[in-house]
Amino acid sequence: MTTTPTSPAAPTAERSPRRRPRRHADTERGFSRVFRWVTTSAGVLLLLVLAAVAVFLVERGWGALVASPADLHANGGLPKQYGNLLAFIGPLVFGTVLAAALALLLATPVAVGIALFVSHYAPRRIAGLVGFVIDLLAAIPSVVFGLWGTLTLSPVIAKLWAWIADVLSAILPGTVNATPTGRSLATTSLVLAIMILPIITAVSREVFKQTPRLHEEAALALGATRWEVVRTAVLPFGRSGVISAAMLGLGRALGETMAVLMILSPGLGYSFQIFDAGKHQTIAANIAANFPESAGLEVNTLIATGLALFVITLVVNMAARAIVARRKEFSGAN
Amino acid sequence: MSQRIDVTDLNIYYGDFLAVEGVSMAIQPSSVTAFIGPSGCGKSTFLRTLNRMHEVIPGARVDGKVELEGVDLYGPDIDPVAVRRNVGMVFQRPNPFPTMSIRDNVLAGVKLNNKKIAKSEADELVESSLRGANLWNEVKDRLHKPGSGLSGGQQQRLCIARAIAVKPQVLLMDEPCSALDPISTLAIEDLIQQLKTSYTIVIVTHNMQQAARVSDKTAFFNIAGTGKPGRLIEMDDTATIFSAPQQKATEDYVSGRFG
Repeated sequence: MTTTPTSPAAPTAERSPRRRPRRHADTERGFSRVFRWVTTSAGVLLLLVLAAVAVFLVERGWGALVASPADLHANGGLPKQYGNLLAFIGPLVFGTVLAAALALLLATPVAVGIALFVSHYAPRRIAGLVGFVIDLLAAIPSVVFGLWGTLTLSPVIAKLWAWIADVLSAILPGTVNATPTGRSLATTSLVLAIMILPIITAVSREVFKQTPRLHEEAALALGATRWEVVRTAVLPFGRSGVISAAMLGLGRALGETMAVLMILSPGLGYSFQIFDAGKHQTIAANIAANFPESAGLEVNTLIATGLALFVITLVVNMAARAIVARRKEFSGAN
Repeated sequence: MSQRIDVTDLNIYYGDFLAVEGVSMAIQPSSVTAFIGPSGCGKSTFLRTLNRMHEVIPGARVDGKVELEGVDLYGPDIDPVAVRRNVGMVFQRPNPFPTMSIRDNVLAGVKLNNKKIAKSEADELVESSLRGANLWNEVKDRLHKPGSGLSGGQQQRLCIARAIAVKPQVLLMDEPCSALDPISTLAIEDLIQQLKTSYTIVIVTHNMQQAARVSDKTAFFNIAGTGKPGRLIEMDDTATIFSAPQQKATEDYVSGRFG
């Protein structure tokens, strides 16, 4: 490491962009240089793929976005009862978000519980076994979840939903309906919750395991019970990690196609009758259901709904980042 | 507010490995007792048995007796959580909870067990604890900022404030200054002198000058060799240990011939 007047540290180099030497140029040689290119290209590739998807969605969805309602009704597969494309996308977005949000609501507490059990409560051997089972759950294809959900779970869980609906009908004004087939949004969300459980659990578990021993001992030395150690040291430390994990799970739940398609009895509308059939549909399942019989403008319409899904995912992730960043000062990273 | 500790024939194990053997000592109330000795001699391990923090390591156990005012801390119906509330601890590296503000850090121990305290009472406790730790004037205007934003020495005093906020009888300090600069070290040493009027203080230190400066009694631990258990070699008034120790090993260590 020799320092010459043209070294990167020299402020003059900053002022003449033409001759600006690369930072750390003197330490970059051989594989170090190759590796930097490998990592840089991986990063750029990711951006390119994302951009390509966005361009595809906008370009192929554009036809439906600019088409007149009359054209969409005639050739675009837009059902007659919707005046324009947005009125059609609205219920789909509603169904998608509702199904995914319910799934997240069901899965996150269970996942955090399992992760804490594995990282802080279970004896090592049992922890390993539970971890293995959770990872196995992640390996089940979604079509199998769909089959199980529609053939086995729906008829069984329908009785539970009917009972909950009865209780809710008694408490709330109005009637809560429940379908005897069980092919409702509630069943769909339950299966989605099981599907996103492994990813949330695995990420949370890793985060909880990273809790500094020092912080756990600080809590213990103050006379904390095991739960209090978890509450004062482990959960605050893992908070942002759990949010990230939940967002990964939410992303999967938003985009899940096959299981929803097989379980949910579809219908378009804004309804909170989550135990009833034929009230909801998700964007992904709607695309999969209609794509094989679509052509021309109909395809554009479907892709426009896909664009809506893409936007939802972006918004959700940005919101999650904002939540994590809001308490950055207290994150423990400093 | 301070209590004596009597240790009788204490053996400390990590699994099957005997780490410290046959320690007996009496720690006087309202005084500072320093543990010195070379690395790996078991002084920190022994310190951690005094508030049952040793046993949080899987497989770790002890046999023998540790009595706080005559009550055996390892008795069958003693709750280790209750022991740790009575015997506070300050660690080698400052460890304020990073997700909590300075104020919440001080109150962390008090808020455990879902104990509710009124805001005025909490304010008073925060102030008295931080004053007790000589930190109040430096942080009183930023109590709601994160504790991790303080300097290392301030963080360590915050940890001391957090420990004394639960009003323990005994305060254990495991090399509390080893990660701090000389100025911060001096601040902590001054603080120890003030605290000893209200608490029994036990401090592990690598720094013999520090032991000589702050402690009333000094205990010298040593280890015969790798894999052998650590032992208490000698314990006496600090002045005696540093001027006229009984044991050759102690003299060699305090005069800097080894360690």
